[in-house]
Parts: sequence; C-alpha cells; structure tokens
Amino acid sequence: MLRQLTLKDHFLEYRLFSNRAIVMLMFCSLLLVLLFSRLIYLQVIAHEHFTTLSEDNRVKLRAIAPSRGLIYDRNGIILAENLPSYRLEITAEQLDDIPATLTALEEIIHIRDTDRSRFEKLLKRKPRFEAVPLRFHLSDEEVARFSVNRHRFPGVDIQAGLARHYPLGKLGVHALGYVGRIDEQALKSLDSSNYSGTTHVGKTGVEKSYENLLHGTVGLEHVETTAQGRVLRVLKRTPPVPGNNLFLTLDSRLQADVERALADHAGSAIALDPKTGDILAMASLPGYDPNPFVNGIEYADYTALREDEREPLFNRALRGQYPPGSTVKPFIGLAGLEQGITGHNSSTYCPGFYTLPGSSRKFRDWKRTGHGTVRLDDAIAQSCDVYFYDLALSMGIGRIHDYLQQFGFGKRTGIDIQGELPGLLPSPEWKRARRGEPWFPGETIITGIGQGFFLSTPLQLAVATATLANRGQGIKPNIIHIEQRAGDSTLQPHLRGQNRSIAINDPAHWDAVIDSMIHVVHGERGTARRIGLDSPYRIAGKTGTAQVFGLKEEEKYDAEAIAEKLRDHALFISFAPVDDPQIVVAVIVENGGSGAAVAAPIARAIMDSYLVDKAS
Amino acid sequence: MRPRVPSSHMDASRRGWQYQLHIDAPLLFALIGVSTLGLMVLYSAGGEDAGLIQRQLARLGLAFAGMFAIAQITPQVLQRLTPWVFVTGILLLLAVLVMGEVSGGAQRWLDLYFVRFQPSEMMKLAVPMMVAWYLADARLPPNRYQLLAGGVIIVVPALMIAKQPDLGTSLLIASSGFFVLFLAGLQWRLLAFLTAVAAAATPLLWHFMHDYQRIRVITFLNPERDPLGAGYHIIQSKIAIGSGGLFGKGWLNGTQSQLDFLPERSTDFIFAVLGEEFGFIGILLLFAFYIFIVVRGILIATQAQDTFTRLLAGSLALTFFVYIIVNTGMVTGLLPVVGLPLPMISYGGTSIVTLMAGFGILMSIQTHRKLLPT
Repeated sequence: MLRQLTLKDHFLEYRLFSNRAIVMLMFCSLLLVLLFSRLIYLQVIAHEHFTTLSEDNRVKLRAIAPSRGLIYDRNGIILAENLPSYRLEITAEQLDDIPATLTALEEIIHIRDTDRSRFEKLLKRKPRFEAVPLRFHLSDEEVARFSVNRHRFPGVDIQAGLARHYPLGKLGVHALGYVGRIDEQALKSLDSSNYSGTTHVGKTGVEKSYENLLHGTVGLEHVETTAQGRVLRVLKRTPPVPGNNLFLTLDSRLQADVERALADHAGSAIALDPKTGDILAMASLPGYDPNPFVNGIEYADYTALREDEREPLFNRALRGQYPPGSTVKPFIGLAGLEQGITGHNSSTYCPGFYTLPGSSRKFRDWKRTGHGTVRLDDAIAQSCDVYFYDLALSMGIGRIHDYLQQFGFGKRTGIDIQGELPGLLPSPEWKRARRGEPWFPGETIITGIGQGFFLSTPLQLAVATATLANRGQGIKPNIIHIEQRAGDSTLQPHLRGQNRSIAINDPAHWDAVIDSMIHVVHGERGTARRIGLDSPYRIAGKTGTAQVFGLKEEEKYDAEAIAEKLRDHALFISFAPVDDPQIVVAVIVENGGSGAAVAAPIARAIMDSYLVDKAS
Repeated sequence: MRPRVPSSHMDASRRGWQYQLHIDAPLLFALIGVSTLGLMVLYSAGGEDAGLIQRQLARLGLAFAGMFAIAQITPQVLQRLTPWVFVTGILLLLAVLVMGEVSGGAQRWLDLYFVRFQPSEMMKLAVPMMVAWYLADARLPPNRYQLLAGGVIIVVPALMIAKQPDLGTSLLIASSGFFVLFLAGLQWRLLAFLTAVAAAATPLLWHFMHDYQRIRVITFLNPERDPLGAGYHIIQSKIAIGSGGLFGKGWLNGTQSQLDFLPERSTDFIFAVLGEEFGFIGILLLFAFYIFIVVRGILIATQAQDTFTRLLAGSLALTFFVYIIVNTGMVTGLLPVVGLPLPMISYGGTSIVTLMAGFGILMSIQTHRKLLPT
C-alpha cells in the first residue's frame, strides 16, 4: 500500500520533471538561437566590416622619405649633397637605469641641456620599445669614441641618416639657398602626404624654388604592428622616388672668381650668358655658410647674422634695389635715337650744370668743369650728365618709362629663383598713386641719369644689358641647366624661356649705342678706359656712380665729408666680346665710390676668368 | 527515510566497464573533446607558451582526477554529506567576509596557508545539492513553505557572495538553486510573480552595484561611448569574431589575438580567439560538444531514480549551459561584461575543478543506478 503510493508519486514526479526539463531545453534552444543569430550577424553578414576594422588595427602605414636630389654646377661639381649623419638613440626597454646611462654617456659624448630635455620629453611620449634620439649629428670622433665603448651601453645605438651638406660653404649661397627643418608654417603649404616622412624643406634659393623637383615622391611601408605599436614586419613596400638631380647654370669656378673679385666689398655681381639667359655666376656679398642652417642654427649665431650691419643674409642680386645711375644712359640714348629726339650728330653743350628753363635750380654734371660740346657717343663714353638731362627733358617721363620698360626695368625678370624684387621704373601715374603728388620736370631730368625714384636690381641690369648685347632679343634668366630624373642616366636640358624681342626702327641705332659702350672701355676718353688698356678681347660697358642721397641733398654732395654708408654705389654693366657676346656682367659695389674705379675692374676680372682662363 | 536498497541489486558487472569504473563514456569523451579544443585555442591565445599549456594540463588533470574520484561516491553518500558540505560552505563564506584576502578589489579568497581557496566555488555545488536534499523527501510540486525554505537556502549564500562582491558567481549560484526549484515543479503563477518582483527590484540592484559594475552595464548598452576605455574589450572582441568569418583566419593566425588587440584573450575572452582563428565552423564544433554535454546531463537526470539525484543532475546540466551562454553572450556583446570564464576553455581558475566535480556527480548518478525490475 505504502509502496504503491510511493510509486504513484514517483511517476507523477517523473512526469512533472520531464515537462519541466522539456521547458528548460526549449528555453535553452531559444537562447542558442539568439546567440547564433548574433554570430551569423558578426561572422557572415558584417564580416567584411569587421575584416576592415581588423586590418585597420593591424596594418599601419609608414612613410619613407625620398632622398633629395643633388645639385651640381654646370660642370658637374657638386654643390649640395646628402651626407651620412649619425644620431644616438636610446631604447628604454633595453635599459635598466636611464639616468645612470646618460651620466656615463656624457663622458664620451657631448650632451647639451637642450638635447637632454628634448630626449626626456620624447621618452615620456613614446612607447618603451621605440628608440628615442638623444643626439643628432655626431662628429666622426664621437662616433669612434662611442663605437669603442659600445659594449658598455646596451640599448644605446648609433643610427645613420642622410643630411644635406653644402661642400662649398658660402660660395654662391644666395643662388643655391639651403634646406631647413620643416616648421609649422611651412607645413601648411606642403602636401602633407608627400612630406609625411620628410624632415627638411628648401628655405631659400634654388633649394626652395625647385623644391618640387628636388624632393621626390614619398615611399610607403605597410607594416604590421601590435596593439602597442611595435612593428613586427613589413607587409608591402612602395619605395620612394628620389628627387631629381639638378645641374645649375652656375660655373662654380667662375663664381669663386666673382666672389674673389668682389673681395671684401658689400655688393653683387652677376654674370650671364646673353644667348641663353644662363646665370653663370650670381654673387651677393657678404655671404654666409648655409650648413649650420640645415639642422637648426644656434640662436646666437643667427642673431649675429641678422644683426650684422652688412646684411649677409640679404640677397642683393635679386632683392637689392639700387639707383642704376649712369648705367641707364645707353638705354636712354637708344630711346632718344629711336624716337628721333636726338641723332648721331646732334650735340649739346655741357657747361658742367643744367638748369630748367625759367628756374634757377642747377643740376650738376659729375664733371664740374663740364664736357663742352658733346654728341651722344661722347655723352655715353664720358658719361656726360647734362646731355642726358636735356635728352630726358625733351623725351618726357612718359616715353622714358615706356621705352625702358621694354628692357625689363621696373618689373621682375622672371628668374626661376623665388624672392626677386621688381625695382622701380617711375612714372607720373606711379607717383600720383603712391605718393599722391604730381610729377615735377626736375624728376624727369634726374631719371635721365638713373637717379631719383629709379631703382633697379643687379639682375635687372644684367638682363637689360643682355638685351642690348643681343640687339633687342630679350632673355629670361635661368639657373637650371640640366635635370636628371631619379634612376635615369639621361640628362634632360632644362627649357629656357625667352622674352619677346624689342622692335627697332633702325638697326643702326644698336650699333651706335653699342659702339659708344665700346668707347667707354676702349675710347681715349672713356670712363672705364683703364680696364680696356690691356684687354685681349673687346668689351662694351657702362660705368655708373649712383648717389645714395636723396634729391634735396644732391647739390651739396661731397664724397670725402660723407660717412661710408652714404657714399656712392659703384656700378658697371658690360658684355664681351663685342662681336660675339658670350658673357654679360653687371656689378654693384655698395658705397664703393666711383663705378669706373671700383666696379669696372671687378667686371674685367670676371670676364677674364670666363673668357681667358676658360680658353687656356 | 527511504528504504535501503541491498547492494546485490546493483549488478554492475553485467552492464560493462562504464559501470564498473563509474564513468559515463559519452560525457567523458565530450569533455575530452572540449578540453582538447580548448588547449589548442589556449596555445594560440597564450602566445604559444608551452609553460602555460603545461599548467593548464596539470589543472585539467587534477580536475579529471577529481571527477573520477567523486564519480566513485554513491549518490546516497553524497546526499548524506550534503548538509555538512553546505554548512561548512556557509561558515567559510563568513570567514571570507571577516578575514578574506582582498584580491582585485574583492574579497573572494581564503588563504589556507598552502592554497588560496574560494569558498564561493564550493557553494556552486553545495547550493543545488542542499535544495535538492531539502526537497528529496517532499511531495512534489513543493508547497509554499517548502519553496520559502528553499528560497532561504539559495538567497543566504547568494547574498554573502554578492557582498564580496562577486555578482556573477552570486547570480550563477542563485540560478543553480532556482533550477532545482523549477525542476521540482515551481508553480508557474509563482514564477510569474517572482519574475515581476525581480524586474521591480532591478533599480534596487543598480543601487547596490559597485561603480565598476555600473560601468560594465553602461558600456554594454553603448560600447562606443568609451572605445579606448571600458568599451575597448567588447569592441575588440567583436572585431575578432566578426573578422574570423565562416572559416576563420587559421590557427595561430588571428591578428586580433596575436597582436595584442584582444584583451584577456587567454581567460574571459578566449571565445573571441576561437571565433577569429576557427571562424563560425570552429564555434559550431565547440557548441556541438557543449550541447551534447548539456543534453547528456538532462538525459542522466531523466533517468535518475530518485528525487535528489534527478533534481541535482538537472540543475548541474542547466547551470553548465548558463555558464556557456553568459560567457559567449558577453564576448559577442549580447550581455554586459561579467568576469566569467568559458567553461573548460579559459585559462586558470579553480572553476574548472568545481565544474568537473559537478560532472563527477553526474557520472556517479548515472552509474550507480539500480536495475529496475522490468
């Protein structure tokens, strides 16, 4: 009885349990369906999305900087190269005691406080497995000393990189320029992806102007990294394309001679080939050594350069704007001939001064006693001011302006180096717009001898002279001779631009002006006859002595009584040989005094170097 | 007391080696299968560290040995021991609360000088055993007073563990006790009422949570809120599983796992390593083993011959399933992050020993059955 009841209970309980177990199994199945729906979503439906996320996690891009193109002179002498540069790096995870290591390192390698603080800042930011630079640009001696002691410093390594170097130092620095570290300002104007691995960028000169050719194209490395950023392996590598090599039109031997000829003067000299517009030499003195700029010049050194009164950082060749003085006379003379205002034989009497009709104000000739009766040829050869006062007044400022503009005065020459200034070719319109004043006839008179508002850069003078030498064919000055693509042995001549030529009424006018310029050097009474005496080739030239003083001081000028800074600039423009012009030289010596005595001999030395020494 | 069954009724030799050795072969093979798969995944997750595998093997060896040992004990002995185990467990929990060692911000460990011991592990078995013991002689379905007493047996240790605080284990233990009550025939109406009370108590639960637990819940609701902080685990584990696709990236080739993007990949998040390297297929294989084990456990329960073993076996099987679903739900982003390992696969912990002890009980129940008269 009791047993039966128990069995009955047992059966009921079993049925109850089975029902409950089935309910639970169904509930479990429901949960499984949920879980597997989730898994199907993750692994099948959204699989690609998560694959992308996973790849983004794993693969990082690393930029490889291209090596910068080299710069040579026209004869293949290297001007800018990439030299190995060594830096000292410390990997924190391989070291136990960093301060002790630094102390020990200081015994063999010079570590400045700035190095140390930068290192410590970086150390905090970077993961422990990454090498942190402590010192850049170790000297060979330091590299050697460290190598001997290397066993004492596990976790400290020397890494080689490339650093820009200018083996010729100061030579031609204003044309060549230099590179410097990319600063935040530069970063804005650069293609950030192409420069992602690059540390340096051209700051001035050719290095800046041809940045796009010199830089090259960045390479990319697809690297696999851990979550902490440790690089495990390179998955794919697109090598960088090095920058193009450039052969400049500069002749470094001539450049050296130009700078030697300018000696200790502050000034500029430009030598160019009138046929092509190739800049053969472009000097601006004093100069500076570009090498310290590459890796950040010391602040004190930079301040010294900036505050130097002789302005070594100032590129006089392109940015120095000087009154051209008497060097404009051939151009004014040509304008007079072309416009029929003067002739070969029409003469002017020079009593040593000139007065405007109806005015008592005297415009002095540089020769107090006067040149007597002069024709155009004499006026250019002897640089008679009175002749050109008269001519300028007859022509009027409008025609002077329009004619001289054709020679490139008052506008940029378009040389392929950035930063050029346009000079100033004055006109009544300009004066009214800029100064709000009318144009006075006296200002026309002094414009005739390249004074007053008239300003010109040394390069403009050289380009205008080349146009004369070419008898009207304008040139566009250029600094690049040949380009060499990366990995390509073929040399590609750089395209030269040409300016339009000057239309002329009578070709004989060229001869007249050029002959008179020959007389400047080779004539009996030529202002620069001293440099013509023993010249093995014939030179056409024109001296200039430009007053630094303003207009109102003009009549009281006395060289002896004036401080050097206010003394006249000495100028000379020239080309040679006259029958087949191969070189144009323009020289400006700041506060040098007389163009004939100071600037002309420099030009002669430059031409000798190019025409005589080259031949021998 | 129920009538004693003479030992002559248990004619083990007639039913083969499983009954002689008190081993359930299907369960054993499934457990070996899961462990083998687990060791493979762990070898990859642990960065091919042979030492790690050795330690895990030792732990597994200990756990299997414990399982075999417990399987030799008859369910009747287990039933007699139950109240003593439960009371010891409660006393140990008290000891932990009074003088337990703080580890990871929570008091869970009792330092017994030679081994650090987690009394809450013991309660994972002791609670369902105690509830089943209490209901063993009752007429089922249980009446209200029996249910109330059962509730007290569950809630007291659960609250003590929650206080440590170890909310995950506490909920697991509570659910294992609940399964006993449910299988015993907890009335549906009462169940509905309890569910309603639980839902109403949720804000109260929030109030008692620690900050890190609240952050886990918030993170679960919106993992992108703090992708590098609290949400990082779940985001990276979803990427790992999702990028594994159908067939996986191959053993030892999971980039999320091998390159350190996946945190806790040897322990709580090892499921993501499986999903990444072996894909959906690998997960299916693991679940084939898991489901087999759960179903086998339920089957053992339905074949059990008395109330105590039936309820206990059923609860153990269902609790194992809860382990699986809570961990995989967490790793796939379906549930908030609770620090529960993936059973048999995750590295370390005493939980594997407890788990296998539970399977030992199942095997004991299955292999100590009497032959019923046909």
